[in-house]
Parts: sequence; C-alpha cells; structure tokens
Amino acid sequence: MINLTIDGVKVSVPQGSTILQAAAQAGIRIPTLCWHPDQAIKANCRICVCEVEGNRLLQAACSTPVTEGMVVKTKTPKVIEARTMILQLLLSNHPQDCLNCIRNGNCELQDLAAEYFIRENPFELKTRGYELDRSTPSIVRDQNKCVLCRRCIDACSVTQSVYALGLENRGAAAMVVPTMGEQLIESPCVMCGQCIHACPVGAIYENEQIDELLDAIADPDKIVVTQIAPAVRVALSEEIGMATGELPMEVLVAGLRQVGFDYVLHTNFTADLTIIEEGNELLKRLNEGGVLPMFTSCSPGWINFCETFYPDLLDHLSTCKSPQQMFGALVKTYWADKMNIDPSKIYSVSIMPCTAKKYEASRPEMCDSGYRDVDLVLTTREVGRLFRMSGVDFSKLAPSQFDPWMGKYTGAGVIFGATGGVMEAALRTVYEVVTKEELKDINFTAVRGMEGIKEAEVDLKGTVVKVAVAHGLSNARKLMDLVRDGKCDYHFIEIMACPGGCIGGGGQPITKANVKRAERIEAIYVEDEKMPIRKSHENPEVKTLYDEFLHEPLGHKSHELLHTHYTPKNKKYL
Amino acid sequence: MAEELRIVLRNYGKIDPLKIDDYIAQGGYKALEKARTMDPKALIEEVKKSNLRGRGGAGFNCGQKWSFAYQAPGDEKYVVCNADEGEPGTYKDRLIMENDPHTLLEGMAICAYAIGAKKGYIYCRGEYPHVTKILKTAISQAKEKGVLGDFDIEVRMGAGAYVCGEETALIESLEGKRGEPRFKPPYPPSEGLWGKPTIVNNVETLANIPVIVEKGAEWFASIGVPSYPGTKVVTLTGDVNNRTFFEVPTNTTIREVIYKLGGGIPGGKKFKAVQIGGTSGAFIPESNLDTPIAFDNMAAIGATLGSGAVFVLDETRQIVDTVSQITKFFEHESCGKCAPCREGTARSAEIMEKINAGLGSQKDLNLLQKLGRVMSYSCLCGLGQAAMIPALSTIEHFRADYEAKFV
Repeated sequence: MINLTIDGVKVSVPQGSTILQAAAQAGIRIPTLCWHPDQAIKANCRICVCEVEGNRLLQAACSTPVTEGMVVKTKTPKVIEARTMILQLLLSNHPQDCLNCIRNGNCELQDLAAEYFIRENPFELKTRGYELDRSTPSIVRDQNKCVLCRRCIDACSVTQSVYALGLENRGAAAMVVPTMGEQLIESPCVMCGQCIHACPVGAIYENEQIDELLDAIADPDKIVVTQIAPAVRVALSEEIGMATGELPMEVLVAGLRQVGFDYVLHTNFTADLTIIEEGNELLKRLNEGGVLPMFTSCSPGWINFCETFYPDLLDHLSTCKSPQQMFGALVKTYWADKMNIDPSKIYSVSIMPCTAKKYEASRPEMCDSGYRDVDLVLTTREVGRLFRMSGVDFSKLAPSQFDPWMGKYTGAGVIFGATGGVMEAALRTVYEVVTKEELKDINFTAVRGMEGIKEAEVDLKGTVVKVAVAHGLSNARKLMDLVRDGKCDYHFIEIMACPGGCIGGGGQPITKANVKRAERIEAIYVEDEKMPIRKSHENPEVKTLYDEFLHEPLGHKSHELLHTHYTPKNKKYL
Repeated sequence: MAEELRIVLRNYGKIDPLKIDDYIAQGGYKALEKARTMDPKALIEEVKKSNLRGRGGAGFNCGQKWSFAYQAPGDEKYVVCNADEGEPGTYKDRLIMENDPHTLLEGMAICAYAIGAKKGYIYCRGEYPHVTKILKTAISQAKEKGVLGDFDIEVRMGAGAYVCGEETALIESLEGKRGEPRFKPPYPPSEGLWGKPTIVNNVETLANIPVIVEKGAEWFASIGVPSYPGTKVVTLTGDVNNRTFFEVPTNTTIREVIYKLGGGIPGGKKFKAVQIGGTSGAFIPESNLDTPIAFDNMAAIGATLGSGAVFVLDETRQIVDTVSQITKFFEHESCGKCAPCREGTARSAEIMEKINAGLGSQKDLNLLQKLGRVMSYSCLCGLGQAAMIPALSTIEHFRADYEAKFV
C-alpha cells in the first residue's frame, strides 16, 4: 500500500493507483472531463490538475500514479486558477446555446462551468462554424461543440473496434472526423451510438424525431401504434427520475396512452416470436447440415458490423428479422386484420434503446407488409423527453394493460434486453422442443453478465449444443475471427453490438459507466423472475398467431414477413 | 576564454563523412570497442560521472537516464536518436550528421551496449532528406565493416511536426501514430517505443559519448561549467556579424558568444535582446549577457539553454511583432491534444496580434500573462509549457515596447 496525503487527509491506496483514485477514496472529488471510467487514461483536458509537493508543474490526477509520502493539494489558488482558465478556454469556442442543446442539464462541460462559477469569459467567443453531419438516419455530429476529449474515438475504436472516428488537423483546428474526413455515412460507422454515451457534451447525439411523432398523433387520419423494446422500461425509469427498473410496465403503458398513442403493444411479443422462428432455424441448420455456427440477428448495429467487416460470414446470420421489424411487418398485416383497421392508416412507432434501429427501419427491404413496416423509431431518451414535455405524472397514473394480439410476452422476451438474453431465451425453448421434456432450471446463468465473451454447452438429450455470447463489437470481432479461421466449434452465437446488450444501447439514457449497464441487467432479470410465463413457446398470443396466421415456424408466411437477407456493405477505405 | 573547443564537431572538415575509413583513421569506433570490454553497469556509471546532460533541451543526466533503461526489465530495449531538429535557427544536429555521421552511430552503439538494446532508430527531421542519405550510407558501411556487431540501426523520417521533437511524440510517430506527446510517467526509459524500455537521446548528446568513453568521465567533467560540463554547439542567427556556428565550453558567456565569436552587431547598432534555445526561449536583455550558456545558469535568469540557438535582435527590431510571430508559430505547431495548449496557443496568437496591431490594452497584457502562467504549469508537454516564455519574458524585460503599442 502507498501512503499519501491529499488536502491534509491521509489515505492508503494500492500501488499503481492514480491521484484521482486515491482522492476518491479519501472522499475528495477532483473534476474530470476527458477521463472515462471504462476507458484508457487520456490526460488531455487537464481539468484534473493538482499541486503535488516538489513539482513546479501541476500534475494531472487521472494519469499520475501515487508515490509514498506524496503530498497532493487539489484546491489551491494555483489549481483553481488553472482549472478556471482551462474551462474558459474550452468555453471560448463552444456555442453558448445551452438552452437549445440536446444535452442541456446533462452535460459535463456545463456542470464544470457551473461548479467553477464561470460567470464571464475573458476570451472572445469564437465558434468554429463546422457544418453538422446529418448523413446517417441515426446519429448527428456537431463538431462545434466538441471538446476534443477523444472519448468517442475510444468508444468507436477500442470498445467497438469499428474505427470510424479519428483525428484530423492539429492545434485549434484539430477535429474528430469520420474516416478520411468524409461524412459519417461514408465511414464504416455501424450506428451503434456508443460514441453518444462517451461524449461529455452535445457533440454527438441521436437523430431526434419527436416532432414526427407529434405530427402523427395530431393527424386524425393516422392510427398511431407503438411497440416498446425489452430494454426500454428499466432505463426509461432513469429518464423520468426513478431508480433503474422502478417504473412498472403497466404505468408506462398508461403514460404512453396519455401522450397520445392509440395502441400500445410490445416488442417482447415479437421477441418471443423470434425465438420460435430462430430456434427452429437453428434446429433446421443442425439437422440438415446448414451453415454453422448460426449468429443471432436482432441487433442492427451488429448486422451493420457483419455486413461491413465480415461480409464473407453473412450466411451464418439467422435470416430472422429483428423483433422490431417482425413487429413492423405483422402490425400492418396480422394485427390490422385482427383489429379490423385499415393498415394504410397505421403509423407504426417503435420505442427502442438503439440508434441503429432508426437505420434498420429505413432499410429499403423493410416493407414486406406492403407499407413501410416501421414508420418511426424513437429512442428511450426521446421518449423520456416526450414524457417530460407532456407533463406525465407517473405517480398518479392508473396502470393500464397492453392492447390485444401483440402485447403479451414472457420472461424470455424480457431478457432480450440483456447480453446473453436471446441465447438463454432460445435455449429455454430449443431444449423443450427437442427433448419434449420440461426444463427443470430455466436459468442459464453461464450466458449472463458483463463478461465480454461467454460460453456454454447444453445437452439436448444426446446432442450437445455449444453456444457463445459476445457483447460490444470488439468482443464480437474476436469471435468472428475464430469463425472465419474455422477455429471454433460453436453451433450458435449471440452477438449484441452494445456493451451489456440493448440495456446499454446507443439510445438509452446517457450511460457513462458500465456499472450502470450491470444495474440495468439486474433489473431485467428481476422482471424475468416475476413473469408468470418465462418461455417463448408458451406465449398464448404467439400460439394464436401461428394457429390463425403463420401456421408453422419457417413456413410460407414467415418467410414472406419475418425473414430477410443481408448485403455486404462495400465501404470505402476498408 | 571565448575560444572554440570541438568535441562533437571534432572531425568537422577533417574527414569525408561518406568514408568510414576516414572516421576510423581518426580513432573512430575505438570507443565502442573499449566500451564493449567494460561491464555495462560500469560504463553507465562512467557516463553518469561525466555529468553529460541531455543536449536536446531538457538537460537530464545522460548516464542516469541510461541506468533507468538498464534497470528496466524487458526482453527488448531500444535506442532512439532524436534528430528531429525542428527548432528554428538550430542546425547543430545537422552539422554533426552531415559531417561526422559515424560519431552518432558509435554513440548509439555504445548506448545500446550499455542498456542491452539490439535495435536503434534515428528519427530524422523531415526537412533533412539529404541527411538521411548520409546516415543510411554510414549505417550500411558500418554494417559492412561489422563494427556495430548485432546492433541494428534504422533511419526514419519525420513529417514536419515540431512537436515530434518531444520524445514521447517522437515515439508515437515512430510507431506510425499521430505525432502527439504521451502523458508521463511512465517515462520512455521504462516504457517507450512499443511499450519497451527506450532511450531517446539527442544527436549532440550521443556525439559526446565516444569521446567520453575514450577520454574518461573526469576529463569531460572538467570542461566548462561543472553543473553542465562539456561544450555546447551554438548557432547564431539574427543581427550578428558572424551568422554561423561555434562549439564552445559551457562556461562561455552569452556576451562572449555574441561579441567575441559572433563579432558583435552589424552596422554599429545597439543590442536589444537575444533569444536563446529556440523559439520557446526567453528573450534576454543586456543586463543578463554575462550568463554562461549552461543549463542551470540560464535557468537562474529565467531563461533556457534549449537547443543552443542564439537569435540576436538589434535596437531597430520590434519585439512585440517578433513575439506575435512566435505565438503564431506555436498556434500552428500545437498538436491539439491537450486543452490548454490547443486553445491557449490560438488565443495567445489572437491577443498578440491585437496588441501588435495597436488595438490592445493593459487588460490584454494581463490576460496574456495569466494565460502564459497557466499554460506553463498545466499543459501536457514541453511545447505548451514553454510556448509562452517569449511573451512572458518580453513582458518582463521589455514592457515599454508593449505599452507603446496600447490604444
């Protein structure tokens, strides 16, 4: 242990700790900006500088290791002068439009400016005049607000191994740019939105489309139907000032009705449906010598990644559409028919934890219903804003049930929101379908949790099925390289583009730390435990769907509406 | 006093740099031979005892630096020669490489033997393409002769970034990345190139090594100022009669450099200021001219020795205008990694331009001073920390020049 003194407080920390870590232990908060709990140390913003006795230079707390007997002072006039001036410098080219900013109230730079009571700036305001990049349907980049902390580059390169973002120019002209300085759409960006979580300010954000929803709601000719993804509820609670997972589903449904949605349905329903289709696809591949391992296909960021970086492995992808798109195709066919509603009037809105879903819904092939299957995708964050704007008071809302035919779901659908969830849900069903026996313990804990790559084996009474789960695309890349080199014998692989799975999706409440993702995962399994039905094939509405409409898994109707194909993305510079 | 003493330039004009035999005939590679008979620890001790301090500008004890890399555990270690001589007005390293490339190779090979490195790199300034040719010729000759043993040296070229003279930025560039400094610690002797123990030494530093090994630490330590012994190559530019280079013992004063060796100021004009050490050096007034051009002596007057560039300004020069140009230089050369340098260099250039245009006031000067102070202790690397020294030193010594420009 290393003993040191910080602001007069004696503290003892393990060797290799930084001043920042030691200060945290001593209960002293040192401000940071480029520092990120799950990323490499950058030490470029210099906000965390402190005085260390014996040094003329101030030392960055985030990068300076502690030494025995070190005496650190974190709030001397010299330190405060430096931090204040660095903030003034950063603010001197930063658009002063906090009121209009998407990160107003949730911005690390704004917080620092408040903490250091920056009332005026001796430097003349000179904004940079960069054009916004709105080239993708998912993500908007505003380099005028960028503080060059590089957290987005780390998220894109290290966490996701996509390398769509890099640096161009130097000095004050330095900027974060997509590959070769072109627009984001030209880069290998997979639209996962992890850069948004990494950004401390409003330089990267979702393509906000709340107005489109409001227009649809106001349009008397439109019947606005929504689906909510499995990962949304637990995190939406945070957006409306509750603890993770605290908002009950029935109250959320009531809230959505109050905002003006005509019908409220659940993506969990099509998650269960996905398990039936995908489970049967896996069995078919196993029995008929199809391409293995089969990869899950629910995560559109992952699909983009596979189409971009592993076009040679597209045959491994399950042909199942994602639950969002299965829902979209059914709501304007099966459901419209069931409800006796003219499908041309249906405005299909999905509420997703995901930015890549916005792109997925816009893919040209996603119109098998004869219409655009999903008309609008809103992220969890956008729906949080919608609720705040609408003044919904969740504490006073009477619970409400989902509308019929596509609103019932099982615990298996719920866990789609967490890494390993699709795999676990599939195993619950595949086991029982193959063995015709009831699973004694339906909890496949080996595939749960935040570990990057997880493996499990399941004995289907003689047939051992080997499965693997990866979340975060750098982990996916490791598995894909094994598959490409023929170095693994998995049968089934679940990939989720985002760390933690959908609960860590690019559209979720801004999530700086992975500990928050773990918390949401916990809330997901709590919900699963509470569900009366926890296996997809026992979902009564899914049974009805097959009985009355699809007739059989992988059948003619399924192929028409629920399955899709993939196309290599020939990106430049790859 | 005020006489040249050539150590690093000892073979200047005496040999054909493209002929290794010329170098050998002058006793070249004998020191390497001798070093290899020594225990590496004793060799490092000898270099340490000579009190040779880095000639790149930081002035760190060379032997001590080597001892860190020697002690650092690692299967691979590297010797990197910093030949990215980007400091305006400085060409001492070029002189050595152009005229005596083998002394550099020999110095590197001795260092390699001392720390246990098998691979070396010379990171050569991008604007010196002809020098890389000379170096490559020298390396292939040395390989042919077998004098380097199993030590391999490769020449890499910079791409014109001033900041790549900073050792960790240089390492990043060598690794094929954007030329930007790393935070320290860890320092290169423990974690440098590819994360391995690495010695980065300046050309002039390494050129001293063979002579120290040959003649001994005591001999070297007795030359010049004891705290910074040996010689320093100075390159004279600006308003001075002999705009050329000299290698002088470090107890030579600035006045001697300018007036004796440099031949004074042309046209009978009066001295105004001298900037020593390169673009980030302090501007020194007449009153401090009797300072020896040694590291600590310069520090004592609030200046730096830096690269040894000596830029003389006569009474007709506009200090404020000169400093304004310098701030533009740093705005251009800031890598953009750390916030105070990236934004600070741009703002200082803006404020200096305002003052220089006659639109400034005392308020601007105060802000400039505060900015310079904050940058000096909060920037990530030496570039940002030193960028404001010209402004700060001229505000201190030539405040009237600024005030004369106020609105």
